[in-house]
Amino acid sequence: MLTTILFYVFATVLVGSAIGVVLARNPVHAALFLVLAFFESAALWLMLEAEFLGIVLVLVYVGAVMVLFLFVIMMLDINISQMRSGLTRYAPLGGLVAAVMVGEIFYVVWMRHLGINLALEAPPMSVPGSNTHALGAVLYTDYMLPFQLAAVVLLIAIVAAIALTMRRRTGHKMQDVSAQVAVRREDRLRIVKVDSEKYQ
Amino acid sequence: MSTITNLWTSLVTWWTALSADVQHLIIVFAEIVGVMMVVIVCVAFLTLLERKIIGWMQVRIGPNQIRIFGLPFLKGVAQPFADVIKLLLKEVLLPAKADKVVFLLAPLIALTTALATWAVVPFSPAFVLADVDAGLLYILALTSLGVYGIILAGWASNSKYAMLGAMRSAAQIVAYEIAMGFALVGVLMAAGSLNLSDIVRAQSGSLLTWNMVLLFPLMVIYFISGIAETNRAPFDVVEGESEIVAGFHVEYSGASFATLFALPEYANMILVATLAAVLFMGGWLSPFQGILADSSPFAQPSFAWLFVKICWFLFCFLWFRATFPRYRYDQIMRLGWKVFIPLTLVWILVECAMVSMRIGPWSHFG
Repeated sequence: MLTTILFYVFATVLVGSAIGVVLARNPVHAALFLVLAFFESAALWLMLEAEFLGIVLVLVYVGAVMVLFLFVIMMLDINISQMRSGLTRYAPLGGLVAAVMVGEIFYVVWMRHLGINLALEAPPMSVPGSNTHALGAVLYTDYMLPFQLAAVVLLIAIVAAIALTMRRRTGHKMQDVSAQVAVRREDRLRIVKVDSEKYQ
Repeated sequence: MSTITNLWTSLVTWWTALSADVQHLIIVFAEIVGVMMVVIVCVAFLTLLERKIIGWMQVRIGPNQIRIFGLPFLKGVAQPFADVIKLLLKEVLLPAKADKVVFLLAPLIALTTALATWAVVPFSPAFVLADVDAGLLYILALTSLGVYGIILAGWASNSKYAMLGAMRSAAQIVAYEIAMGFALVGVLMAAGSLNLSDIVRAQSGSLLTWNMVLLFPLMVIYFISGIAETNRAPFDVVEGESEIVAGFHVEYSGASFATLFALPEYANMILVATLAAVLFMGGWLSPFQGILADSSPFAQPSFAWLFVKICWFLFCFLWFRATFPRYRYDQIMRLGWKVFIPLTLVWILVECAMVSMRIGPWSHFG
């Protein structure tokens, strides 16, 4: 009973914030609605007893990705009217994506009618021990190769992003830390023995 | 007298009439409120302690005027309450061109994340609000949310200095969170669990089995990253009063200043100190365990030991503030990305080697 009420509360806020992402006039507000949407989906995952996935969603997407997202949006000078001009042009594509999504949701609901447990009654954990242990055990044994492949793909993305933005500028005055650390006293300081002046 | 007894009996009958679920709910709620109140009172006295200790270090006296109800002793002890009353009575100013909703929402986000983290902290062997399996992850997730309060405060103020402070804060917290996360990976490898109570229990034995012995570099890195994450000196370029006035909270006043800046910052300081004690110094374990006989009262695990350890780390916070000059911004970034992250990775490799070669207290994992 309580879980049903909680599910509908979280789901309503999730859908509401997802609509807010699209409708918000200010891009920063849209990003904040997206944060709220991530939060609500994390709450839904927690209700399915997938606490590792739920918390990692908050940790990675809300804690890191969206912070950098906001960082960029706040720095950009976004012209909202210019952004809105292409709305009618892109509307058919958006409609197509939406239709595919709605079709998939209906398909899942229909599958449930066939008696296959997919969405509503998530099977409780059959593995003893915590969620995290179970995930790790599967990831590092059965799915070792795909997991490592995904990691390599991410690594390539990191290297590519850095390589794309790395530009060697000349004439900048950045300090060379190793040179700073390597400095000895003799390089900077000269101690001179000065004869004191004679009293006259 | 009879009215009091009547009231008591009616209260008892009301309580027993409730269903077990509702009773449980009320007890949990009371515990949550209790922990929050204790944290807030600790924050109040930490501000006093900070001013007193830094005063002594600089050969000053510190606050010495305001007393509880005008009593002739404990001069200055009521200073935090005077500060709170002053802050709450001041006007909350809204800048004319600020984003008003976000401007008022930012302090609440900062406060909520600072208080919600306490849910999984094990205070004693018997008392923890939520003994969840993924406690360490929960703490990492919530501490990474604290940055939203600062970024949004800086952006919504519509002020250049506040914006600069917010940008610095975002970059700094993202940088140090990685080092902090890797330090915690070392801890969870040693304990084999994400549950904070299990992490404490895994350290039991004697002083030498505490994580601080074999994971000493990780403890140092964790604590320094914690100082950087809470924007305390010497990493407080986010405020940087010499360059950007007060940084992200320059436009805040009164109660919104208290909830944005003072409460979350000090609550997070206590949290970092508590976590350092729990993760590396054995939490509520006694330092005399294994030295004195098990029946001795000094060898028993209790909250008192945790309290002493928290006080030590909090003292370090204040000590560093009184003694270190502020880091330059590019040096902060270099320390986070180029020094701490490689160091933690190296120490995790060392720990892996120790586990696989069955050295140290973790040989049972190998």
